[in-house]
Parts: sequence; C-alpha cells; structure tokens
Amino acid sequence: MATTATAQTKWWSGGKSPFNTEYGKLMMWYFLMSDAFTFGAFLISYGSIRFSQNFWPDPNAVFNAFPGAGHANLPLAFVSVMTFILIISSVTMVLAVHAGHNNNKKDVVKWLAWTIVGGFAFLGCQAWEWHHLITGEHATLIDGTIQMVGQTTRVNPWGDLVHGPELTAALQNSTQHTLAQIVSEHSHTYTHDQLMGMPKQQLVDLVNEAEVHIRRNGPVAFGGYFYGITGFHGFHVFSGVVINIVMLVMTQNNVFENRGHYLMIEKAGLYWHFVDLVWVFVFLCFYLI
Amino acid sequence: MQHTESASEITFHHHIDEKTFKRNVIRTTVILSVITVIELVIGLIIYTMHKGPDPNTYVVLAFKGLVCILTLAKAYYIVSVFMHLGDEIRNMIMTIVVPLLLFVWFIIAFIVDGNSYKNLRNDYDKHFQESTTPASHHGAAEHAPEPEAPKPGKQ
Repeated sequence: MATTATAQTKWWSGGKSPFNTEYGKLMMWYFLMSDAFTFGAFLISYGSIRFSQNFWPDPNAVFNAFPGAGHANLPLAFVSVMTFILIISSVTMVLAVHAGHNNNKKDVVKWLAWTIVGGFAFLGCQAWEWHHLITGEHATLIDGTIQMVGQTTRVNPWGDLVHGPELTAALQNSTQHTLAQIVSEHSHTYTHDQLMGMPKQQLVDLVNEAEVHIRRNGPVAFGGYFYGITGFHGFHVFSGVVINIVMLVMTQNNVFENRGHYLMIEKAGLYWHFVDLVWVFVFLCFYLI
Repeated sequence: MQHTESASEITFHHHIDEKTFKRNVIRTTVILSVITVIELVIGLIIYTMHKGPDPNTYVVLAFKGLVCILTLAKAYYIVSVFMHLGDEIRNMIMTIVVPLLLFVWFIIAFIVDGNSYKNLRNDYDKHFQESTTPASHHGAAEHAPEPEAPKPGKQ
C-alpha cells in the first residue's frame, strides 16, 4: 500500500520530490492559492462596504426572475440551477481526470466534452441574468421624482419601499412617460398612446399606490460589486472552458497518448474545480446572505 | 489499471480501485447536492422571515451563520475529494492550508472596520443616519403600506 510506503520514505534526504507531486501540479496549487486571495480580497471588500451601510438590498428582491417565467417572483430558483450546473460539471471533470489516470482516451474525450458543455451552460445563464438585471427597468424614487432605471454600476433600484404622502408627491413630480409606464405595468385597460394623451392628474389617479412597489435608490456599491465579482468569476469560467477545449483538442490529437500520461488534464481539472469552489462562496455572499 | 511512465517527481502513485473511486465520487456528489438543497431551504426560510411583520434579527443572523458553515463544508469536500488535496503528502497540504489561515484575520479585521465606520458615521453625521436608515422593514414588500412622514433630506 502506498500509505505505508510513504511513511517509511525519507522524503527530505534528496533524490526525490519531497511533495511527491510533479512541478506543474504543485505550481497550479500555488497559483490557485494566490487566486483564492484575489477573490477573497474582492469578497471581503464587498463585506466591508456592506457592513458600513445602514441599508443593503435584500438579494431575494433582486434575484427573483427565471427565464420564461415573466414577472413571477421566484427567489433563489435561477441561481440554484446555475449552482447545480457547476457542481455537475465538476463531477464530469473528476471523471475526465480519472479516465486520464487509466489512459482511457475515449472516456477522457467524453467527460471533457460534457464539462465544456456545462461551462457554456453556466456562461449562458450568467449572460441571461446580467442582461435581465441591466435591461429590466424599475420605477425608482431618485431625488424626488420617479425614474425607470435598471441595475447598473451607477444606480441601484433596490432601496427601501416608498409609500404614503412621499409617494404621492413623487408621482406628481414625475414625467408623463414614466407615469404611463407605471400604469401600463399593472393594467392594460389603456394603450400607451391613450395614457400619453391623458391629463397628468388623471394619470396619477390611475396609479394604484397600494399595488405599485416603488423603491428608493439603494446603495450604488451593490452594482459594482455584483458585476465586478460575478464578472471576474465568469471570466474564470470562460478561461476554464478555453483551457478545457485546448485539452480536448490535444487529447484528440493523441498528444497525451504519445506522452504516456494525462497529467495535464489533472492540472486543468484543478483549475476547473477551483472555479466551482469560488462559485460556492459567490453564491453564499451575493444570493444567500 | 495500467500506468505508463509519468512525471519523474512522483515516487509513489496513489492507487485507487474503480469501485472505491466510484463510491467516493457518488458520495461526494450527493453530499454537495444535499448541502446545496439545505442552503436553498434556509435561504427561503430567511426570505419568508424577512417578508413577515417583525423578523427576529438574531434568528436571521443564526440562519446566515449556519449557511456560512455549510458553505465551508462544501468547500472542504470540493478541495479534499474533487481536487484530491486529501491524498497529497501532509507537508504539501500544509503549504496550501497554512497561508489560507490569513483569511481569519482578513475577514474579521475588514468586517469590523466597515461596521465601525458605519457606527462612527451614524454618531457624527445625523443626516447620513436619517437618509439611509429604512423607516419600515425593507423586506415588508407584500404588506399594506402604512402612512409615514416624509423623510428629510434629498432621498
């Protein structure tokens, strides 16, 4: 058994690697450790800013959409799909690395291909989520008037809910176009042109104050941190997919077959698992707490 | 299992038979999925509590702490089983894990710093406190709005 043999070996007496690990794999581990500090620094900076605010948006109010479900309120649904995609693609990578240990080219190709599919699926989900957040406009109270804004790095539509006289006053101050958009979100009795042609007071009266959920603008830092950190993670996923594609092409061209071992797949696997590992923490910091 | 020559640095190969490997992978996949499902359930509990009229801050905090611990458990399984760090030589594991202990200081120091900044601002900048503290609970979206006095300040 390897364990008893390793216990008796004098690892530091020279002539062998004391870590029993090939150079490239060891350096991949140290790279990943430094990358963990980069991600850690980003997430801790986010935590620091979040703790310095009296108000922070509720993630369940922000991330509650699902493709094809319209305006249904489904908190945590889409992000759990993304999380499971990454877990499963991690499993297929484990299988690819294992097939490599057995010098089984056919299985390496099969599981690498599935891992790449998982990576693309995750990137597609992220693209949809970003697009939805940036282009989905929400009636937001900014400087006394209501404006239709999306979630960007400059404005955050997820502040505290506004009601009562403040909301009434804000409706009076808002433009005809914004009011028409708010009304048509909740009822389809009038067409957009009819609403635009109405006297403003009639339009204000059409807004059901109990039904519309109009929020103040929230902390601006939210957008920058969300897009910055998920974007940096998405970039890692993208580069992981590129690395996996390179591995797939090299496997197909018998590069590893001729070399006699598939250790390169192991290094690519380490990077891919790290991407999954980081997502576990991104999921925690942005969606769960 | 057939091994051809590999890197010269490796003195001993870590041999594992097919059956144990399959069992390990399936077990870890199930553990990761179950923990994720538990996390999602806790997330939904927190969401329902936030919607409620008077969420208990300490219970919410306890649930959030629990999710953090579950996440660390997931990280442990990914690193030790999927990344095979558990199979490496102890000295090598330590060169990775010991530097990561820096995170203990890193997290505590910066979170405490952010919190202290908030408290100082609330003490010395009343306008900041009044214009950023929510009057009602921010999650109470599904409840009938109560009339409230307009807040001073531009927000």
